[in-house]
Order: sequence, then C-alpha cells, then structure tokens
Amino acid sequence: MIDVPRLQIESGRVVLTGQWTLAAIMPELSDLQQRLAAADGAKAWDLSAVSRLDSAAAVLLWRAWQQAWPDELNISAVQRLVLERVASQPATSPQLPVRRHHLVAALGSLLLRALGNLRGMIVLLGQLLLDLAHLLRHPADMPWRELSATIYKSGAQALPVTALVGFLIGVTIAYLSALQLRSLGADLFIVNILGISIIRELGPVLVAVLVAGRSGSAMTAQIGVMRLTEEIDALATMGVSRSLRVVLPKILGLTVAMPLIVLWTSAIALLGGMVAAMLQLDLSLLYFVDNLPRAVPVANLYIGLGKGVVFGFVIALIACHFGLRVKPDSESLSANTTRAVVTAITAVILVDAVFAILTRHIGVPSL
Amino acid sequence: MSAAPIIELRGISTRFGTQFIHRDIDMRVEAGQVLGLVGGSGSGKTTLLRQMLGLLRPTAGSIRLFGLDPGEADLLIRQTLRRRLGVLFQHGALFSALSVFDNIAFPLRELRCLDEDWIRRLVDLKLDMVELTAEHGRLMPAELSGGMVKRVALARALALEPELLLLDEPTAGLDPERSQNFVNLVGVLQQALDLTVVMVTHDLHTLTSLATHIAVLADQRLVACGPRQEVMAVDHPFIRGFFAAKAGKLL
Repeated sequence: MIDVPRLQIESGRVVLTGQWTLAAIMPELSDLQQRLAAADGAKAWDLSAVSRLDSAAAVLLWRAWQQAWPDELNISAVQRLVLERVASQPATSPQLPVRRHHLVAALGSLLLRALGNLRGMIVLLGQLLLDLAHLLRHPADMPWRELSATIYKSGAQALPVTALVGFLIGVTIAYLSALQLRSLGADLFIVNILGISIIRELGPVLVAVLVAGRSGSAMTAQIGVMRLTEEIDALATMGVSRSLRVVLPKILGLTVAMPLIVLWTSAIALLGGMVAAMLQLDLSLLYFVDNLPRAVPVANLYIGLGKGVVFGFVIALIACHFGLRVKPDSESLSANTTRAVVTAITAVILVDAVFAILTRHIGVPSL
Repeated sequence: MSAAPIIELRGISTRFGTQFIHRDIDMRVEAGQVLGLVGGSGSGKTTLLRQMLGLLRPTAGSIRLFGLDPGEADLLIRQTLRRRLGVLFQHGALFSALSVFDNIAFPLRELRCLDEDWIRRLVDLKLDMVELTAEHGRLMPAELSGGMVKRVALARALALEPELLLLDEPTAGLDPERSQNFVNLVGVLQQALDLTVVMVTHDLHTLTSLATHIAVLADQRLVACGPRQEVMAVDHPFIRGFFAAKAGKLL
C-alpha cells in the first residue's frame, strides 16, 4: 500500500525512491540512517522519483546533508518547497536560560508562599465573619440547602468508614495495652487507658485525618472545578456571593458535622476496645461501662468535642482557601488538592498540640 | 494515491437509549477532498466525527478509514491508523500541564524513534506553519488566546504529518477576522500538505471558502452529500433554510 522509501547509490549519484513520509520511514529508520550516513559527502542527489516527501523526512535529509544544499539536486518543485521550509529554520533555537536554584532564594520563596497562604486564609476568615454579620441582619439569606448538603455529604456519608477505622483502632489499642497491663497485674486500668486516649486524643485526630482526606480534598476539587468551568463567575454575575453560597456553607457544615462524627467514632472505638478487653482480659462489658465515668472525667468528652469543632473549621477553611487558588489548568487542580490535604492534616496536628498544652490541667483523673 | 476512499461509512445507525441519532448513513470521502459536515444543533455531527475517530461505536453499520476499521483492528494496526490522521478538537484539548512546545512534541515523542534535535526542528516547523514563532513554544496553554489555542492545536494535529485532518468546529469562538485567517491557514496547509479534510462547522463562511464537498445531516439522515455547488442547489427544507438564513445574515 505504501511505497517503501529506498536509497541507492548509483555511480556517485544518490537516488531516492518511494514515499518519504514519517509513517513510511519509521519502520526502516535505522537502515535508512545507515545508508544516509554511507552516502555522506555525495555531491549529486536525485529525488525525482520520490512520490511523497513530508517535513519529517525533509529534516532527516537536511541533517544528512549537514544543513547545506548539495551541489546537484534533482527534485520536483513541490518537494523543493518542503525542503526550503526546513532550510529556513534556524539550526538551533535559542536556549531557555536555566533557572538556577539558590538555597536562600528557594527558602525565601517557600516562606513567601506560606505567608501568602496565611494571608489568603486570614482574608477568607475575615470574609466569613462579614458574611456571618450579614446573615445576622438578613437571616433569610442563610444558605440552608447548601449547609445541609455539606452536613450530609461530609457527615452522614462518612459514618461507615469512620466507624470501621475507629472500631479497628479500638481493638488494636486494647490488645496492645492488655498485653502490658496483664504483666503488671493492672488489668482494670484498661478502662482508664482506652477511655482517656480515645475520647480525648485519638477520636478527634483520627476523624480529622480521615475527614481531611475525604471531605477536604472533595471541597478543594469541587471549588477548583467550579472555577475552571467559570461556575463561580456565573454565580457572581447573578448577584450571588460566592463566599456566602459556596464557602460559608462548607465551613459551617463541617464545623457542625465534625464533633458529631468525633462522638460517633469515639463511641465505636470504645466499643471495639470493650470487645477486645472482654476477649483478652475477661472484663465484662457491664464493668467497663460502669467504670468509664469514674475513670474518665466528663471534661475529656468536652475537650474531644471541642477539638472536633476546631478541626472541622480548620480543615474546611484550608480546603476552601486552596480551592479558590486553583488556576485554569489540570496541573494546578491536582497540586492544590494535594496541598489542601497535606496542609489540613499538618494544621490539625499543630492545633492538637496547642490543645494538649492549654488543657494539660483539665480532665486528668487524680489517683 | 490509491483509489480506495479515505473514509467510507456504510449503513451507520446510532441510538442513544431509545432515541435515534443517525439512521442508515452512507458516505465516502475521497483523497484530496475537503468535506464540510453540516446540520442543525443536535443532529449528530460531532457524534459522527467521533465515530470516524473510533472514540464511539455506532449501533449498526461499518466504518472504514484507509480501508481499516478504527475500532476493531488490533492495537498495532489501530496505532498506525491513528498516526495517519490528525484531529483538531473544538476547544483545542491542549494538555494544560505541558507547554506549547511539549504539546506539539508529544505525539512525536510517543513514536520513540526520533531524537530531540529532530523533534525540535519539526516542532519549530509546525509552529512556523501555523504562523507562530519559537517564542510561543514556551507559553503554557492557559496563557494563550482563543485563536492561538486553535493554531497550536492545529500544529499538534499536523505533528505526525497526517494524510487526513478532522476538524471539529474549527472557527467557533473566533472573531470574523481571526476566523478568516484560520480558514486561510487551513486552506494553504491543505494545499501544501495534500491533506484530506473533514470538518464539522456551522459557519457558512468557513464552508464556502474551504469545502469542496458538503454533507448535510438532517432528520437523522444524510440528506445530501456531494460537490458544494450541487448540494447548495438541493431542494430540501433544511438546506434551503440553512443557506438562506446564513446568506440573509451576511447581507
């Protein structure tokens, strides 16, 4: 179907025949390149029998001629045009100046970017406060539908996965602690260990990590795509505030939903711990439930729920901030989603440390 | 070239759910033709184009590109087939993560047998063909205007030296002057590279200045297909309406 490109050297003349196109030369490329190299320096080239010459083949020839016209060239006018196009191109294109990465400059730009993000988040926070003030004066503008959608999507739909993870973590901690406690003969302290660690610390942090990965990334991606497709601009032209209708319900919704998921996950994790303690230490479920209020002051529950509120707020704020920074290309979308999740988890751990320091005297049972 | 048609559609029917898009469409595109595919909104022009590309399968009927089935042939044949055609999507479909240069170089690099210097020369050549300079190669797609996106997409479509070029709404979203420039550009390239072109368009101006042949889709059928002058004279309510409405607007 395709005339195979051929090259013959006949008494000092190089004769090319067949179809010299990218598709045709590709299968024979190494052979043709060898033959062209062998013909190097030939003065006379006959291309009159070439049925088709495209620019890929023209570049191949032009390079074989070392970027100069041969002394004698027999070629049709159309194909000469193709070669002239190639010949008119500069041999090398100007090189891009290579950006040198300087350590100090890199650190500085990193810091500037972090400050820029911080500033962006403060602006977003300020806008949120303004919106809340507006809602106080005009309660009818409250985006109830969007709010309930957020609570359903990031709260109700997260229940199964958080329950599964919570239950397994409860079982794991109970088993590991039971091994240690039994060797000390302090079996009964399993209630204290499980109660304090799960309600005060593990429950909220575990949920925060899960929700940051699940709902945080979804929020960033959603706002990002709404920016790509100009939906946000469309909202603005209809006189609907993007912060009031898109950002505020997400932040409020997750702030409301998080403590509820924390409560649920902590309960399931305790259940897992109770089951494991029953199997491993023969501690009855009833004993566990009876002793939980004594071993764990109720302040721990409040601290756990308080963490839930703050974590939910932080995750949603960071997710919305990065979502609004998405530029109209796919690379930026993926980069900002990654950043949102990583920043949210880091911020949650940071806030958790602050909580630990501030509440160090509260809710710790005195023996 | 060989006498076999570049594209041959036989008995194409398409159904989405219970709704028929096409019924029993037969069409041939010969080498060197510039075929304009017209029809009302929702008449399945783009669907037909996607079927020619093998991106969609028709419910019934057969499609032959260069005598091969774009959907059924094995991977290697399909690859060689795809390399013989270039596509210009309606919105350009440039890879937003790659610069203009890398976008055009992408199909060439995928061949895995050209060296970087060769690729660089070819990309510069294609940029030159669509009247852009090497400096434009460094820009990212997000930094381009609508007309430039079309040009870069055309350069990418031409990167593999295709014999067949498929254009989806080549001038949609361009102002009249740019659209005229783009049409001229496609015309010049079609002559110079000896391309067969199939284009979907709404624009009468594009149609009259480029197309040698016209195919009209209406009422789920191909109501006319042939040389431009003949098709424009066909007495069919859609064709009369289409050309009359557009002609009226031009005045």
